[in-house]
Amino acid sequence: MTTSNSFADKLDQERWFKYFLIAPAVFIILLIGLYPFVKLIVVSFQNITMFDDELSYQGFIHYERLFEDDRLWESILHTVIFTIVALPIELFLGFLLALLFLERIPYKQVFVGIILLPTVISPIVAGATWRLMFDQRFGPINQVIAWFAGHEVKLLWNIEPILVWPAIMVAEVWQWTPFMFLILLAALSNVDKEQLEAAQIDGASWWMTFRKIVLPAIMPVMFIALLIRGLDLFRVFDVVWTMTKGGPGTMTETVSIYAYHMAFREFDVSYSAAIAFLIILILTVIVIAALRRMEVSR
Amino acid sequence: MNKWDQGARLWARVFCAVLVALFFAFPIYWLGAISFKTADEIFAYPPVWVPASFDFQHYFSLFKDGAAWSVWNSLVTASISTLIAMFFGTIAAYSLVRYKTGGNHLAIWIISQRMIPPICVVFPVFLLFVAWDIVDTYYGLIILYTAFNLPYVIWMMRGYIQEIPLELEQSALVDGLSRWAVLWKVVMPMVKAGLFATAVFTFIFAWNDFLFALILSRSDVVTFPVKVTGYFGAQSSLWSKVGALSMLGVLPMIFVVGTMQRFIVRGISMGAVKG
Repeated sequence: MTTSNSFADKLDQERWFKYFLIAPAVFIILLIGLYPFVKLIVVSFQNITMFDDELSYQGFIHYERLFEDDRLWESILHTVIFTIVALPIELFLGFLLALLFLERIPYKQVFVGIILLPTVISPIVAGATWRLMFDQRFGPINQVIAWFAGHEVKLLWNIEPILVWPAIMVAEVWQWTPFMFLILLAALSNVDKEQLEAAQIDGASWWMTFRKIVLPAIMPVMFIALLIRGLDLFRVFDVVWTMTKGGPGTMTETVSIYAYHMAFREFDVSYSAAIAFLIILILTVIVIAALRRMEVSR
Repeated sequence: MNKWDQGARLWARVFCAVLVALFFAFPIYWLGAISFKTADEIFAYPPVWVPASFDFQHYFSLFKDGAAWSVWNSLVTASISTLIAMFFGTIAAYSLVRYKTGGNHLAIWIISQRMIPPICVVFPVFLLFVAWDIVDTYYGLIILYTAFNLPYVIWMMRGYIQEIPLELEQSALVDGLSRWAVLWKVVMPMVKAGLFATAVFTFIFAWNDFLFALILSRSDVVTFPVKVTGYFGAQSSLWSKVGALSMLGVLPMIFVVGTMQRFIVRGISMGAVKG
């Protein structure tokens, strides 16, 4: 290296340095993120099953099958209903909790610590816990209901069609309301205090203050929280798996569980890949639409 | 509002808070109670609310039959993948922030990788791991958790690094430190809290994962969530083992919340605010 070139060398080194820093991460993500994605699409055009590893391309047969598969659309319907019911409940309860802890309250740290515990435990454990809670004979829930009813109660929470979804819903809401709560608490404590005081002096009602000042201020954060949770809910697997495994029958089968079933129980691999691709497509559309709306509202 | 009113309001709020805390804590209490109950107590009707004694026999039996090993597997995979993801993720985030590597597109592409549901990629990953012969090994799960957590680490650390004033780094450069030294001696200490908060979450994600571990482990590296589901049967379940092993999986999280609550609260709210 000659000294006259040292400046150019330094620039070169800089260019190298920034790629050097990001290369390992991008490499790993490409390997475990992009490669499987491409592979997924390739497989969905082949016809790999348990008995057959046909590697020739079969065109769109699996995509055509998607449209005739009632069980698939039922599972998508379950997932969508689950998402649009659980999401507002979590938001509403999380908001109430945030209001409760917004002002000073003794032992706030302790309360918040207890409340956020469900969010950090494994969804499998949450599912197992609620399965124990809802056990028809040995679980405490039927027992508490029995106290109020005044006689023995045997509600079959994991079998009865009208009870099985509410049971799963309770577990899900229990686990993830704290997440909403923490985000909304942070958002609410960032609302401009002076504006709130000014509104109070002007004699604005609670509802007016909420609509005109609080809601616009927490909207962007709330929106992101809803998006994160909505995506999580749409791919729900663990908690349903532990509580019902999708049963009874296919009553509580979500789209993730159905895709798992097709790939690892029926070994209908190519078809499962087509389902996976459909899920990714749906989610991508939702995310793009959501981000658009967010851009507009900003 | 007079003083009495205020006092009553405060008490009402504390009362509500206690009820709420009970609702969130009781199921975990119940799980813990099951793990200490004798078989008779577990299958008693009406249910036994408080076990008669602290009986550790279910825990001992987990250690005896080797099931407790699954907790160790979780610990190994979660902590090593956290370390790797934190290291590569943070330097990548630094590159994104300070050099604008790849512009906005690369950053958005990275975070979008996080959005793909595990169920959608797990089968191709499985095929890949079969080809590499790393199914049911620590390597497989560690690589997978690292890849899965990297987008999150990059995204979060990007937020924290953006907050560091550029002047600090510039003056360090003028003082003759190399780029690498600036990164280690100036940037890293500044984002220590952020590193910690992010690492806690990275660990939690890997610790709690079920689907990847279910498919990519057989017998050698089964993690505790997979082991727990193994105790559920169609007819009857081994409730005592479910309770005890679940508690072994929950205890570290209770410890994490007890000691690092500040970081968790910050991590969750940062995720949405910076999002």
